[in-house]
Amino acid sequence: MGHYVPHTDAEIAEMLAFLGMSSLDDLFASVPEALRLAGGLDLQNGLSEPDTLATMERLADRNRRTGRELVCFAGGGAYDHEVPSTVRRVAFRSEFVTAYTPYQPEVAQGVLQALFEYQTLLCRLTGMEVANASLYDGASACVEAVNLAVAATGRQTVLLSDGVNPLWREVLHTFAAGTGHEYVACDVTNGVTRWPDDAEPAALLVQYPNYLGCLEDLAAARQLADKTGALLLVAFDPVAAGLLRSPGEFRADVVVGEGQPFGTPLSFGGPYLGLFTCKREHVRRLPGRLVGETVDADGRRAYVTTLRTREQDIRREKASSNVCTNQTLIAVACAVQLAWLGTAGLQELALRCARGTRYAHDALLAIDGVEPLNGAPIFREFAVATPTPGDVIVERMAEEGFLAGIPLGSEYGDRGLLISVTERRTRDEIDAYAAAFEKVIR
Amino acid sequence: MPAAGGKATSAPIMGHDNEPTIFELSSPGRRAASFRTTGLPEWDAAELVPAEHLRADPAPIAEISERDLVAHFTRLTHRQYSVDLGAYPLGSCTMKYNPKLCDDAASLPGLTDVHPAAPAALTQGWMELLADLEQSLCRVTGMHAATLQPPAGAAGELTGLLLMRAWDAEHGGRRSKIVIPDSAHGTNPASVTLGGYETVTVPSDGRGLVDVAALRERLDEDVAGIMLTNPNTLGLFEEDIAEIAAAVHEVGGLLYYDGANLNAILGVTRPGDMGFDIVHMNLHKTFAVPHGGGGPGAGPVAVSERLAPYLPGPRPVLGDDGAYRWEQPPKSIGRVHSWHGNALALARAYSYILANGGDGLRRVAEAAVLNANWLRTRLRGVYDLPYDRPNMHEFVASTSTLKKEKGLRALDVAKRLLEEGFHAPTVYFPLIVDEALMIEPTETESLQTLEALGDALERIAAGDAEEAHHAPRTTPVRRVDEARAARQLIPTWDSRE
Repeated sequence: MGHYVPHTDAEIAEMLAFLGMSSLDDLFASVPEALRLAGGLDLQNGLSEPDTLATMERLADRNRRTGRELVCFAGGGAYDHEVPSTVRRVAFRSEFVTAYTPYQPEVAQGVLQALFEYQTLLCRLTGMEVANASLYDGASACVEAVNLAVAATGRQTVLLSDGVNPLWREVLHTFAAGTGHEYVACDVTNGVTRWPDDAEPAALLVQYPNYLGCLEDLAAARQLADKTGALLLVAFDPVAAGLLRSPGEFRADVVVGEGQPFGTPLSFGGPYLGLFTCKREHVRRLPGRLVGETVDADGRRAYVTTLRTREQDIRREKASSNVCTNQTLIAVACAVQLAWLGTAGLQELALRCARGTRYAHDALLAIDGVEPLNGAPIFREFAVATPTPGDVIVERMAEEGFLAGIPLGSEYGDRGLLISVTERRTRDEIDAYAAAFEKVIR
Repeated sequence: MPAAGGKATSAPIMGHDNEPTIFELSSPGRRAASFRTTGLPEWDAAELVPAEHLRADPAPIAEISERDLVAHFTRLTHRQYSVDLGAYPLGSCTMKYNPKLCDDAASLPGLTDVHPAAPAALTQGWMELLADLEQSLCRVTGMHAATLQPPAGAAGELTGLLLMRAWDAEHGGRRSKIVIPDSAHGTNPASVTLGGYETVTVPSDGRGLVDVAALRERLDEDVAGIMLTNPNTLGLFEEDIAEIAAAVHEVGGLLYYDGANLNAILGVTRPGDMGFDIVHMNLHKTFAVPHGGGGPGAGPVAVSERLAPYLPGPRPVLGDDGAYRWEQPPKSIGRVHSWHGNALALARAYSYILANGGDGLRRVAEAAVLNANWLRTRLRGVYDLPYDRPNMHEFVASTSTLKKEKGLRALDVAKRLLEEGFHAPTVYFPLIVDEALMIEPTETESLQTLEALGDALERIAAGDAEEAHHAPRTTPVRRVDEARAARQLIPTWDSRE
């Protein structure tokens, strides 16, 4: 036990003597006797390093990991992309991993510059002007986008597309209990959101491509936002930036998203990366940390967290957000991965996803009984209606060696599956997947 | 004996040179990316996506070789202090050394390569880990049930406040105020606002503890609860906690424990025994999740039995058939994370708890408190100690007298300490202490490191203040112009003039 406390018994005795104390218990004299825990914690005693790892391995072995034995066709906000060795070796160097928040910029230029580069890369992807240094995940980025829009417009109601990831919508509703924000659900017809035009909302929140993989009509959403004085909030798949017009081109006000596709393994859902970008006019309401370029006392280029007066530790109950700890390390991994991909690589990545998706889409729809859920254009993910409920298909497909997709809930008719194809999927894998699919849906 | 263990001997790691950005290192046509051979048809983009959705030109990223990319980020790490390099005595932030085994545990492919939407039958190992971690955290805190979804402490706070709101809604429902001590972390009042409540501040008394009489004056039927950090941000245990709990409960309020300082009391006392109803933990502080330059962390929330039905869900539950399944608590406030929380961070913390065990966690608290008391005592007569009595895991010193005598401010001490090979303490917090230096050595620093840190702080106090204004001089950059950064905002490379 206590392998990580360096003190010897002799040193402890020496230190206690320095304090005029006779035992370690004396250190806790200010804890009232009645509150002291008698008998210690009800946990087993500490394990050695190899025994700890053996326990962790036993647990890990009880999961069926994706890979050759379970070929992944599931997405829905968590994608099976390649994480190159460069990212694993460089972003997870111990200087990045074991640093704290850059409160002392003179000894934190490494993290600060990496974040500055991350912010720049995100703005180039989304076509926006300002990015923060990360939020927790896609859902939290949506929550903060709505908070910004409500503060900016003074209105409480948000038009929320049913095409937004249902788990993210759930999170939005959870936090609305505190803020009092109201959501108007806007249904998706034939893959595209239908907006009511009689509202005066704070914002429209739309996902692009949406949860079903469909390409929404951002121009129409922008038009409605202009007409009603609302902000346009777009939850964007950053991989789409390789092929699709950016939300910035559609004059979005805030662009958020889930950054997991760049440099983060599936990880059972976390830590992921909340992407947050906006127009410069909203920078004073930006949630979380922002890194800016400046100079040091000698006039040399340097980086520092800036516009700090927005933040909770200074502004307290009037802060724009309560975010303190964020996902910096994941943002650094994202920056390394984006730089590794480069301009041509990002384009190729998106194209490869789209090719695999088209191939899988056509192969599945050739199966008798599998129908498209809608006719809207897709990019890297698509939904099908199936004769058998989605969860049954997923269960049967697991026996065939595939994670078939994500079952679509009652909102989408209960008989469907959301399927995603990344650049990792080969023609042979997709052919085998389609063959197994045909077998199990009967 | 030299203190090589926790003192960085090369603070100016690679200084006096700018590292170019990746955008400056970019050269047209270079690339590092490579892709799997798939055998798929090589359709053009125009065959796959309607023209109105296609971008005209590729998004400009950077064009860089793998070699240059690796060199660039490696050089950036040489411009970065880290706890693996040396001591990091940031008060309340708990920058302890994290065992390397936790890195390996969280890198097991059986944990990293699991899709969060995979059915429970395929993820039994993860669910067992999470359920067991929930239980361990409940035992550490003396609570009944927990959610692991909140990805950070502030998210845990807001989750806790929404739990209060849900509870209140079912029990009369019109409470509007949350009481917070004036020594609280800034996230507390910020979370209160997002929780739809109004902050009522209660002052500290001469002991640095909650002024119980002042608290009583603020308690009424409008108070939904109180948020307390115990030990508080002065490093002092709230000795009157039982009385405070009784008073808050008497008006029907709930007690929220901010777990930022939980590391001080592991195995010594538990928030549940003190009367708290809701507890958030910062796994990245108390257990092992190195902060990653600002995150990720993990902020699980544990509650007493009466609040368990309101927890976010779904939660992993062991069924009678011996298999884990996901279960939504009956009155759940709903989901607070896209998936199941920062799972790999949770796995790290779990491995840390396994390796330390109940006995080791108590040892962690003892050594953390021993180290902080040793260093406070060492600094007596060197700095002001506004609360000079036995503290817990951290203490607050001040340069108030030194500022009057020779103009030495807390900021100067922080910057000089960087030159001495240590990270700076937290400065100007808590807000109730003038020129505060909030120091938390943590349990992983040796006596030799503490001696070296004490010597350095003494040298700084005795040194020339004018010279200290120019510190640091040996770091990768000199004192950074923060005012200019805000005045002439440059948030991206492309926004430079």
